[in-house]
Amino acid sequence: MSDLRVHKTKYINETKRVSFKYDGKNYFGYEGDTLASALLANGVHLIGRSFKYHRPRGIMTCGSEEPNAICQISDKNDLTEPNVRATELEIYDGLEAFSQNCWPNVKFDIGGINNLISPLIPAGFYYKTFMWPKSFWKKIYEPLIRMSAGLGKSPTEPDPDIYDHKYVHYDVLVIGGGLSGIISAKIAAKSNLKTLLVDDKKTLGGSTIYQSNDSFKIDDQHSSKWLEKEINEISEIENLTVKTRTSIAAYHGYNYLLARENLTDHLSIKDKKDKIRQRLWKIRAKKVIVATGSIERPLVFNNNDRPGILLSNSINKYLDYYGVACGTNIILFTNNDSAYETAISLHKKGIKNLIVDLRKNSQSEIAKQAQNLGIKIYFNHVVTNTFGYRKINSVELMELSDDGNTTIGNKIKLNCDCLGISGGWTPMVHMHTQSGGKLDFKNDDQVFIPKEIDNDQISVGACNGDFDLETIIDKTVNKINIFLEINNQDYKNTKVGCSIEKEKRNIWLLPNKIPLGKTKCFIDFQNDSTAKDIKLALKEGFRSIEHVKRYTTTGMATDQGKLSNMHALGIIADTAGVKMGTLGTTTFRPPFTPLTFGTIVGRNVGKFFEVVRKTSIHDWHVDNKAKFENVGQWKRPWYYPKNGETMHDAVQRESKAARDSAGILDASTLGKIDIQGTDASEFLNRIYTNAWSKLSIGKCRYGLMLNEDGMVYDDGVTTRLAENHYLMTTTTGGAANVLGKLEDYLQTEWPELDVYLTSVTDHYSTASVCGPNSKKIINKIFPELDLNDEDFPHMSFKNTKLDNINCRVMRISFTGELSYEINIESKYGKSLWEKCINAGQEFNITPYGTETMHLLRAEKGFIIVGQDTDGTMTPSDLQMDWIVSKKKYDFIGKRSLYRSDTIREDRKQLVGLLTDDPKEILEEGAQIVSDTNTKPIDMLGHVTSSYFSPNLNKSIALAVVRSGKNMKGQKLIIPMKNKNINVTVSDTIFLDKENKRLNA
Amino acid sequence: MKNKYSIFSLIKNAFSDHENWQQAWGDPEPKKEYDAVIVGGGGHGLATAYYLAKKHNLTNIAVVEKGWIGGGNTGRNTTIIRSNYLWDASAGLYDHALKIWENLSQELNYNVMFSQRGVMNLAHNLQDVRDLKRRTHANRLNGIDAVWLETDEVKKFCPIINTSQDIRYPVLGGTLQRRAGTARHDAVAWGYARGANEMGVDIIQNCEVKGIKRNGDKVEGLETTKGFIKTKKIGVVAAGHSSVIANMAGIKLPLESKPLQALVSEPVKPIIDTVVMSNAVHAYVSQSDKGELVIGAGTDSYVSYTQRGSHNIVEDTLKAILELYPIFSRMKMLRQWGGIVDICPDASPIISKTNIKGLYFNCGWGTGGFKATPGSGDLFAHTIANDEPHKLNAAFNLNRFVSGDLVDEHGAAAVAH
Amino acid sequence: MFLINCPFCGERDQSEFSSGGEAHIVRPKQPTELSDDQWAEFLFMRKNIKGVQFERWNHSHGCRKWFNVVRDTSNDKIHSVYKMGEKPPVK
Repeated sequence: MSDLRVHKTKYINETKRVSFKYDGKNYFGYEGDTLASALLANGVHLIGRSFKYHRPRGIMTCGSEEPNAICQISDKNDLTEPNVRATELEIYDGLEAFSQNCWPNVKFDIGGINNLISPLIPAGFYYKTFMWPKSFWKKIYEPLIRMSAGLGKSPTEPDPDIYDHKYVHYDVLVIGGGLSGIISAKIAAKSNLKTLLVDDKKTLGGSTIYQSNDSFKIDDQHSSKWLEKEINEISEIENLTVKTRTSIAAYHGYNYLLARENLTDHLSIKDKKDKIRQRLWKIRAKKVIVATGSIERPLVFNNNDRPGILLSNSINKYLDYYGVACGTNIILFTNNDSAYETAISLHKKGIKNLIVDLRKNSQSEIAKQAQNLGIKIYFNHVVTNTFGYRKINSVELMELSDDGNTTIGNKIKLNCDCLGISGGWTPMVHMHTQSGGKLDFKNDDQVFIPKEIDNDQISVGACNGDFDLETIIDKTVNKINIFLEINNQDYKNTKVGCSIEKEKRNIWLLPNKIPLGKTKCFIDFQNDSTAKDIKLALKEGFRSIEHVKRYTTTGMATDQGKLSNMHALGIIADTAGVKMGTLGTTTFRPPFTPLTFGTIVGRNVGKFFEVVRKTSIHDWHVDNKAKFENVGQWKRPWYYPKNGETMHDAVQRESKAARDSAGILDASTLGKIDIQGTDASEFLNRIYTNAWSKLSIGKCRYGLMLNEDGMVYDDGVTTRLAENHYLMTTTTGGAANVLGKLEDYLQTEWPELDVYLTSVTDHYSTASVCGPNSKKIINKIFPELDLNDEDFPHMSFKNTKLDNINCRVMRISFTGELSYEINIESKYGKSLWEKCINAGQEFNITPYGTETMHLLRAEKGFIIVGQDTDGTMTPSDLQMDWIVSKKKYDFIGKRSLYRSDTIREDRKQLVGLLTDDPKEILEEGAQIVSDTNTKPIDMLGHVTSSYFSPNLNKSIALAVVRSGKNMKGQKLIIPMKNKNINVTVSDTIFLDKENKRLNA
Repeated sequence: MKNKYSIFSLIKNAFSDHENWQQAWGDPEPKKEYDAVIVGGGGHGLATAYYLAKKHNLTNIAVVEKGWIGGGNTGRNTTIIRSNYLWDASAGLYDHALKIWENLSQELNYNVMFSQRGVMNLAHNLQDVRDLKRRTHANRLNGIDAVWLETDEVKKFCPIINTSQDIRYPVLGGTLQRRAGTARHDAVAWGYARGANEMGVDIIQNCEVKGIKRNGDKVEGLETTKGFIKTKKIGVVAAGHSSVIANMAGIKLPLESKPLQALVSEPVKPIIDTVVMSNAVHAYVSQSDKGELVIGAGTDSYVSYTQRGSHNIVEDTLKAILELYPIFSRMKMLRQWGGIVDICPDASPIISKTNIKGLYFNCGWGTGGFKATPGSGDLFAHTIANDEPHKLNAAFNLNRFVSGDLVDEHGAAAVAH
Repeated sequence: MFLINCPFCGERDQSEFSSGGEAHIVRPKQPTELSDDQWAEFLFMRKNIKGVQFERWNHSHGCRKWFNVVRDTSNDKIHSVYKMGEKPPVK
């Protein structure tokens, strides 16, 4: 391995080599490396190209805030994944990664031309051009714009991996396993609270875990050593669950959080197989402790984006955690003390480095330590430019004026192969704001910190703006004790010695002799938005941070502005001459880091997408080659093709058989509601449009239900089983809604009624046998049942038994034929059905599906709610005035029937249509007109149901037509795309108007 | 005259390092009195002001916005534009808007990136097929370019859709409107603001309305956080907050404000070049010019002004997306947000006078108002200027809730947009 | 996703419930006596309050009971829950 792997650390297992490919080239790293650390160890900095200017970019950070080093993983069509941060991805054997947004390759990228024309494409340029000539937009400009979209590539084949969900409840959730998180979790768990600690990294410890500087000691040990001991201790605590590689994605109200646990992304290709890839934890916590730390911010100066420019503390982590040197001649450019730790670490490993510090001086212990080690420090200096195309090779510095507004003196040019930058630290307040919390601006450190919101959530440590060890430990312990209402004394005697930063100097946009318009001072690295873009937006009148963000696209890249938001705000504030903190911030929206769709969905894909409801007779239908139709969640037999029949042929055969001899339909899916109570009749009176009080026991009645707006809502037959006991049927699709509506009225409007509703849809299977021979078939099945028309007339029911099993037989008909519906406990449904089939064999009993059922009822002019109605039809529109009781004082929807619009005579009304050519079948949904020459064409209505009736040997249709009630015999036109079809308005009943067949 | 935007102005300004661009719109303090005040600086409100100035010569007017212009639903929506509505009234309204969209960039001299990439609505059950065919026939006769596609044509038009007949709700066909598409939402607000401002309209941001002053049945002005503004005409275009403003004037509206969520994925290279919507499987998707998949679905069922909905809606939406596009399972959600939509019982908007003289409401757009922005602004301006509706918005009056003459577009809007 | 304290089952996730909108809109006892305007008021007009609102919820995936909730629609905080027929708490 290269000499950039400078020393062994306990987090890198140098005995386990891991080989991987990057852009087709073989590399190796060690177990414990991220793709970024492994590439850096191999001297690879150039990882990708930026979105707009296609500038070469390298690894900049070591975590989820990474804007540049994002890769395409795998070239398999199903497993490939775009935009994966090299700084987070742990390497594994067989990993293949590719650079993105470049062609032909990352070193030489045609798109780089955009960098040359960058003066022509400032922020928002696309709003100002591509408008002339207009015809170019669709053919030239728009395709060009859309071609340049995106970074990585979407997979093109379905994902073979599986994802999982887990629901958990905890007393305390601690987010973040750094110093303050570990202390918090330990205190909580030791106080007998069921605690969950999550951290997105592979190991706990945050940035303290690699801090081994003499200026930072706890109980006289290096802070990292002390924290290691703490981590060992918490692993022993029983009611503490620790989840690493687990990142909180979203923090919703009422302490509902989503966390993504990464289970296999770090495993070798062979070990990943057949395992759950990621698990989404849905967490409800009584109390949440946010300890998400802070991230280092960059500095904004000309050409601050070259490969080889990293955040200073990331250089430190690569060195002391991964054992990798990011360069051999490193310059650290800072405005705060933290870079001094990096400098000292580098110095200890013998890596040449120097410091450029914006501040005039630093009197802190750590600064003195650096000076004593002989590290060269340029105080009161600023980097004004960098050089090197594919990797930085030198920087230019100048001295700062006293007020920091300009540069003075001579340029100093220094060579380097790596530049570390540190513009201070930004507390990670995402969790707090996602949960609805507000922020305060803390002027000292130029940071936003959480404003405490309620009793169930608290922020501790660096995410709360506490940066030095002593304050972190002190405040965390205190706050947690108060927050959890406990009195933990574990840290009472903890001794902390740490260097305290004394001098601060923050300049959001660093001064430069070059006019800003000629610089590229990047703020959002991935989206290529620069300081001059922000200023342009302000000049053009965009004032709100949200406007500037949207106009310049700052903060809208895959890192969602983790590195850029503060600088954008700072520059706006400075330019507008207002105080930071008065501008507000942009909203941090979930997820914290991008969250895989598959993880969000979990197991609910493919066959688990949605519940499938099947009747107990379903298997028989499958065995008999039924085609199925989805009706709501139900699978209903649609038709039963025989010997290669088309749907039309099958439906013609089924329909004919049902009228000529016998047919059988699985009607189990119809909603069934059991209604009991002394006020059941009164309840039905109020629900349905017709009257129910006089329905005798043992009789059935058809009912029409409206919504309060007067429009037809549902229909069905209800049977009076006993004095205070009814069985209501509803449409298949409407069952749940009807029950919900009935319960609503019963519980909220009419609680005085003694009525109880129970859904029994799933409790009974229903076989509907119809046709002239149905009586004979029923007689065979129930020989003891008296089927005499007088004793068992149409619209009545009887209890009976089938092999000792209770059955209800209703003599009701949706086909107009003599017809019996047998209800039996669901588990006997299939055997009942088979008995019917066997008994009917001699009569050629023919199973029919929903299509034939629709055809048969249309011949009789019976409506289907939802097909012949669309939520705008009143009973009168359906020519069903007969079912609306005039006597009843009230029922649901009654009042609405007397509004000015609902009493109009020229509303759309249900009619029958006959085509002039009886062979011509109308298309359902086709529009109806009387004159094709008007402009615009006046549409009178549409075809709702249409079939070829084998029993009438002609085409029939139902339709709704304006004023249709009075148009019988009138000629109308159906204007299709290629022809006009002539039709005549007819009665809605096409067959057996006298209802003779009911008693055939 | 402001800078005219063009490639030439870009080149010219490149020489001066873009230091000389003018403000797109100003930032004035409110005057004491205006001829009309529009409440709400979203797309609809700004468009209303633009057309009041342009077509009705009313230039002494202001738009007051409690936050920043375009910051409400305009800036939060998924920008689907189409006009294939069922009823004549709706088709007239939305196609009027679509026709304006087709020339809007040129009219405003601001590229709103209206992309006519087509919008396809899928059918997943037999009733869907009937409903969509019915709509397609009506559209054709209304002169709207909708066509019915069989399943194989759906697949051909958008190959990444899972059209397998073995899935839970197989695709049985769909309708396609090719003139439909998307636009850049921010640009619409900004373009109208710039255009209106150029004609003298004051755009007053960070100015929240606190009260409506009435004298009997007439309006007299507005109490705002920037003081009292006298005016005889108030056009309210406050989307989710319409009821809040109505309550100030002492009237009730047939509205409920509910959370509507949307999300985008990380950006990827072009993978879907149209907009696909599905009612039965309940989600829609398109891809932005940046490469993000833009995804949305339905609202939560409860009233909320929090601009955030519940997670299960997002989960259900993505569940539907993966059912139709299993290739997207490894894509990642980058950002998720919510808006507040004001929903009418019939899923159609209100562009109407009220019982109070000088008070007009443009609201109730529910989940799909963006597409109507130019038409809505034009017709609302007409209504305010003439104190009478235009024939294209006459049906969208408040009285329909009394008479029962609703414009029931639930079929068209069952899924958001 | 907020939590709702169902008066019959206890605290449950909001996704188990469905909203019935504004509470205490009593269905007129004599609808036929009402003018079209008055009927429209009952049918469609809603306060749609931003702030504390009295509303109806149904534990649709639980006990299926309807009850009332006092909720601040500006932040989804629930102030109280009470059964149908019980007196609403004073604001």
